[in-house]
Amino acid sequence: MTLTHYLVLSAILFSLGAATVLLRRNAIIVFMGVELMLNATNLALVTFARLHGDLTGQVMAFFVMVVAAAEVVVGLAIIVSIFRTRKSASVDDVNLLRS
Amino acid sequence: MTEFVAPDIAWAQLTPILLVLGAAVAGVLVEAFVPRRARRPVQLTLTLGALAAAVVAVAALWGDVADTGGTDVLGGSVLVDGPTLVLQGTVAVLALLAVLVIADRTDTGEDAFAPQGAAVPGSGYEEAARAAGLQQTEVYPLVLFATGGMLIFPATGDLLTLFVALEVLSLPLYLLTGLARRRRLLSQEASMKYFLLGSFASALLLFGIALLYGFAGSLRYAEIAEAVRTVTGMDGLLLAGALLVLTGLLFKVGAVPFHSWTPDAYQGAPTPITGFMAACTKVAAFGALLRVLYVMLPDLRWDLEPALWTVAIATMVVGTVVALVQTDIKRVLAYSSIAHAGFVLTGVVALTESGIVATLFYLLAYGVATVGAFGVVTLVRERGAVRAAARQPVPAGAVRAVAGVPGPAGPGDAVDAAGAAGDPAATDDEDPGEPEGPVLGEATHLSQWAGLGRTNPVLAGTFALFLLSFAGIPLTAGFTGKFAVFTAAVDGDAWPLAVVGVLASAAAAFFYVRIIVLMFFTSPHGGPQTPATGAVDDPPGGAGVAAEVAADEVAADGVADTSPADRPGTVVVGSQGFALVAIGVCAVLTVALGVVPGPVLDAIADVARLLP
Repeated sequence: MTLTHYLVLSAILFSLGAATVLLRRNAIIVFMGVELMLNATNLALVTFARLHGDLTGQVMAFFVMVVAAAEVVVGLAIIVSIFRTRKSASVDDVNLLRS
Repeated sequence: MTEFVAPDIAWAQLTPILLVLGAAVAGVLVEAFVPRRARRPVQLTLTLGALAAAVVAVAALWGDVADTGGTDVLGGSVLVDGPTLVLQGTVAVLALLAVLVIADRTDTGEDAFAPQGAAVPGSGYEEAARAAGLQQTEVYPLVLFATGGMLIFPATGDLLTLFVALEVLSLPLYLLTGLARRRRLLSQEASMKYFLLGSFASALLLFGIALLYGFAGSLRYAEIAEAVRTVTGMDGLLLAGALLVLTGLLFKVGAVPFHSWTPDAYQGAPTPITGFMAACTKVAAFGALLRVLYVMLPDLRWDLEPALWTVAIATMVVGTVVALVQTDIKRVLAYSSIAHAGFVLTGVVALTESGIVATLFYLLAYGVATVGAFGVVTLVRERGAVRAAARQPVPAGAVRAVAGVPGPAGPGDAVDAAGAAGDPAATDDEDPGEPEGPVLGEATHLSQWAGLGRTNPVLAGTFALFLLSFAGIPLTAGFTGKFAVFTAAVDGDAWPLAVVGVLASAAAAFFYVRIIVLMFFTSPHGGPQTPATGAVDDPPGGAGVAAEVAADEVAADGVADTSPADRPGTVVVGSQGFALVAIGVCAVLTVALGVVPGPVLDAIADVARLLP
C-alpha cells in the first residue's frame, strides 16, 4: 500500500463528489457532493504533505476544514430558508430565473 | 523539534485589510449590543468610516511602495506591491460608493433588504416584521467582511491565503444575494444557485491547489514558479492543477463557460448588492488572476494560452450576443458584465507589462460605471395599481391619485407620497397623501424604461453616460480602458483577441444605444395595470406568493407574449440622497477618467510591477 493509493482514492472521491453535484437534483445532496470534494482534497493534501515530508499540506487541510464548516453554516441557512418557502429542496423546482 | 519562531509581521502594510475586517467584527458586536433604533446610524458610520480609512491607508502606503517596489508580509503570504495597492484602492473606493447605494432608502424609509431574512416570504411572520418596521442592519458587517476578503484576494502570495480570501469574500455574498425585500423567491433562488455553483467552483480550485502543492511541495507562488522551471516529469499534475485553479478564478470573474451563475445571481440579488458584487468581486478576482498568471505560472504560458484565448473569445462573444436578446435590465447589465470580463481577459492574457496597467485601469473604469448603473436601477421603480382602479390606462411616470382605496401592500410599503417623482399633477384633484398605488420593486423590464428620458432627464442622462462608458465611446472611461487592453493585447501578440474584442464592442454598442434610444426617443407606454402582472408584491398568504411567482415568471419569460401595456407604470422614487451622491460621484469619475486619463494611467504605470 503505497502513498499513490491514497492519491487514487482521493481522485475517485473527488470525482464522485463532482458527479454528485452535476447529476443529483436535491440541493442537500448536491451540497454533500461539494463536501465530499473538499474532503477528497484534504486527503490529497495530507498525502502530498507526507510525500514531501512537509507540514504545509496538513496545515492547509485544517484551514479547509474550518472553511468547510463555515460553508455548511451558510449553505444550510440558504437551503433551509428556500425549503421553508417552497416545501422542496429540489434544484429542478428552482426555475424562476431564466433568460 | 525545531523551536517555534514567531513570524515577523509588517503590520503597517496590512492596515487597509485590518481596518475593514476590524470594522466588520465591530459591526457584529454592534448588532449584539447597540439598541435597534441606533444600529443603522452606528453601522453606517462604522462602515463608511472604515472604507474611507482604507482608502486613506492605501494612499499612505503608496509613496513607500512606489519607492521600494513593495514588501512581502507574513513571509510572503501577502504581497503588498503596486498592483495590490491599485486594486485595494479600487475595491475600497468602489465598496464605499456601493455602500452608499446599499444604505440608501426611499423617502418612505424603505431599504432594499428583507426585514427578516429568515422569514418565509408571504408568511404572517414576515408581515409582522414589516409592520414592526424592522430593518436589516446585518448587511453592513456582511459587506465589510466581503470587502475584507476582496482586499486580501489580489494581495495573496500563496495558495492557502488565496483560498481563504476567496471564501471570505464569497460567503457573505451568498447570504447578501438572498436578502432582497422585493421578489424574495427570486432572491432566494439566486442565492441558492450562486451558493451551489460557487462552492462547486471553490472545490475545484481547492483540488487544483492540492495538485499544485503535490507538484511543487509548496504553496507559495514564487516557489511554485521555481518548481515549474526545474521539476520535470510531473507535467500532468502541474497542468491539471493550474487549469483547476484557473477554473476557480474564472468562475469568480464570470468568464464563459463558467458564467451561468452570473445573470441569475445578478438578477435575483438586491440591486445595490448586485452593483457591489459586479464591481468589487470582479476587480478582486482579476487581481488574483493577474498574480496567478504573472507570478506563479509565467513559464506555463505556452501551455495555458490556447485555453485562455478560447475563454477570452468565448466570453466576449457569448456575453455580447446573449445580452442582445435580454429584456430585463439587470440581465442586460449582467451579460454586459460577462462581456466586460472578456475584454479585461484580453488585457490579462496579453501577459505583458502594459497588460497589467491596462487591466488595472479597465477594472477601475468598469467598476465606477457598474456601481453607478446599478445605483440608477435601484431608483427606477414600478408603480403598482390600486386594485379597484386597475382597468384604466395610467400614464407611466405620472401618478394617478385614487382616493379611498388602500394599496395592497403593508405598512412597510407605505406609499410614496404624491410628488415623489417630481410630478406636480399628482395631487390635482385629490387629497394630498392619499395612497395612489404603492411603489413596488424595481422596474426591471426594458419596456418600462421607455420614456424615462422625458420624465427624468437627469437620471436617464446619467444612466446613458454609464452605458456609453460600457460601450467604450470616446471621452468616457470605458473608451480609455478598452483602448488600453486592446493595445496591450496587440503588444502581447494576441491580436486575434483584439480583433474579436473590437468586433464584440461594436456589437455591444448596439444594445447599449438601444436602451438609450428607448429612454429618450420612445414615448412612455401607458397601460392597464392588473395585480397579476407585478402589482402584487410580497402580499401575505400563499395565493399571493403564487401570484408573485406568476408575475415573476411573466417577467422572466421575456416580452414576446406580453405587450408592454400590461406592465405597471414606472416611477422614480425619491431617495435619502446617498444613492444620488454615489451615482454623481460615479458619473464624475467616468467622465474624468475618460477626458484626462493620463495622470491615473501614469500613476498606475509607475507602480505596476508584481513582486515575484
